[in-house]
Amino acid sequence: MNTAMVTPVHIAPVAPLNVDMIRRDFPILEREIHGKPLSYLDNAASSQRPRAVIDAISDYYARHHSNVHRGVHALSQEATDLFEGAREKVRRFVNARSTKEIVFVRGTTEAINLVAQSYGRPRFGPGDEILITWLEHHANIVPWQLLCQQTGATLKVAPITRAGEIDFAAFEALLSERTRLVALTHVSNALGTIVPVERYIKVARRRGVPVLLDGAQAVPHLTVDVQALDCDFYCFSSHKMCGPTGIGVLYGREALLREMPPWQGGGDMILAVTFDKTVYNDLPWKFEAGTPDIAGAVGLGAAVDYLNAIGMDRIAAAEHDLLAYANERLATVEGLQFIGTAPRKAAVVSFTLRGVHPHDLGTILDHEGVAIRTGHHCAMPVMEFFNVPATARASFAFYNTRSEVDRLVDVLGTAREMFG
Amino acid sequence: MDLKDLYRDVIVDHNRNPRNFREMPDADRRADGFNPLCGDKLTVFVKLAGDRIADVSFHGSGCAISVASASLLTESLKGKSVADAEKLFGTMHDLLTKEDAVIDVPALGKLGALSGVREFPARVKCASLCWHTLDAALHHQESVCTE
Repeated sequence: MNTAMVTPVHIAPVAPLNVDMIRRDFPILEREIHGKPLSYLDNAASSQRPRAVIDAISDYYARHHSNVHRGVHALSQEATDLFEGAREKVRRFVNARSTKEIVFVRGTTEAINLVAQSYGRPRFGPGDEILITWLEHHANIVPWQLLCQQTGATLKVAPITRAGEIDFAAFEALLSERTRLVALTHVSNALGTIVPVERYIKVARRRGVPVLLDGAQAVPHLTVDVQALDCDFYCFSSHKMCGPTGIGVLYGREALLREMPPWQGGGDMILAVTFDKTVYNDLPWKFEAGTPDIAGAVGLGAAVDYLNAIGMDRIAAAEHDLLAYANERLATVEGLQFIGTAPRKAAVVSFTLRGVHPHDLGTILDHEGVAIRTGHHCAMPVMEFFNVPATARASFAFYNTRSEVDRLVDVLGTAREMFG
Repeated sequence: MDLKDLYRDVIVDHNRNPRNFREMPDADRRADGFNPLCGDKLTVFVKLAGDRIADVSFHGSGCAISVASASLLTESLKGKSVADAEKLFGTMHDLLTKEDAVIDVPALGKLGALSGVREFPARVKCASLCWHTLDAALHHQESVCTE
């Protein structure tokens, strides 16, 4: 393995987190489920929110709400400042050059659909190819299938290995003069594999092929720098990074966004409208038709502040520690098989347990207050590749503890006894 | 709410050793049932003799609840008339979903073991998948999806 690919955050020594203090920031972690303390190990589906984010949203509605970019009155200005202030926070968080490159959308799914319809649809036609991988979430498969149906372009899929990594040589072989776009995940939601995207971006861009990254699982767990990555589009969701649901971000290289037509029409995305001609607004508002999710943006900005205050390097280190501990403990469970064993992973453990269907396991764990995800994780091709109908998936956040890993392992033992 | 209400001994037994768990190449009717949420996939096979169910079997993969429910279905329907099977489908539907339904549970025999599923809303579809699939087979539908 090329050591240059190793993310430095995993090896840099950082001060450890005070998890007990951090847990007090998250009101929901005080809840009991079926009379047992909650162990929330479903963070890859959606993380929880700290009080700071909940308060920011509440405070926005209680004190500052109005519509943005419209009125001359004080509240409209306050709302606009908060909304655009959140955009600047997000820009800094992923190190985009300009806020023109930060488009607020509903989430990763909408960001990918925007690129498919606004970038791909006017440009692609029969003979063109879109290259994705076998690791993708349905959100990075279906929008491209729709685009292929609309344009006659062809979808190509790079294979993965038994460890759950993309086969780089096969990926490179599938890159051709017909490839018009590469869309690939930064971190696999189903398996946790961290894709060394730098080398994929490098070979694609060397051929002049733009690259879209699905960063939904990456942004909450590692430092993302879109300039250092040199990708063209980067998509992520607020609700997986301690922010509210219903908002997410499309980062796009300014030169590309500038050429792309709006994908929805309406208010806020225009400068002037007559029945003959409409002059579209500047970036990024050209892509934000209608009243945006202002409170969502404010909440996302608060989530960025919260994560920054802890430090992404410390978050990554804490989660890496939890992953190592979970791997070690789960390896002792008889009949447990890990699905996805890449050497570089986010804190996601997907597995099956002999004799116990994942769905039953989910119910038994839930009964003990342990929340995990069971099923296909919106990645049916990954399940098909490993020839399993479903897996159990525990996914950790920085507010999880080793004792929660212990609880998980204990209940797996109970489940084995029940069905053994 | 007790896990033992869901995973009763009958359920655990029928999951471990499902009855009539086989394909039936000469079936008169068959339908595929799919629950995409959890990945359960069942095929139900029926052989008819006039309006009676001469033989019924199932095949596929699923969680303990869906497998045990299908196994119990096959045990309880063999020899019954199609009309009785459809009536039983209605009763099972009520048993699994309706809190205020008046059902003579002991009269259901082993099928009564599924009465605890109602307390676990996330699992109702697992238990009802085979019944919807049977219904589809009897009505000449090829597949059914419970999501």
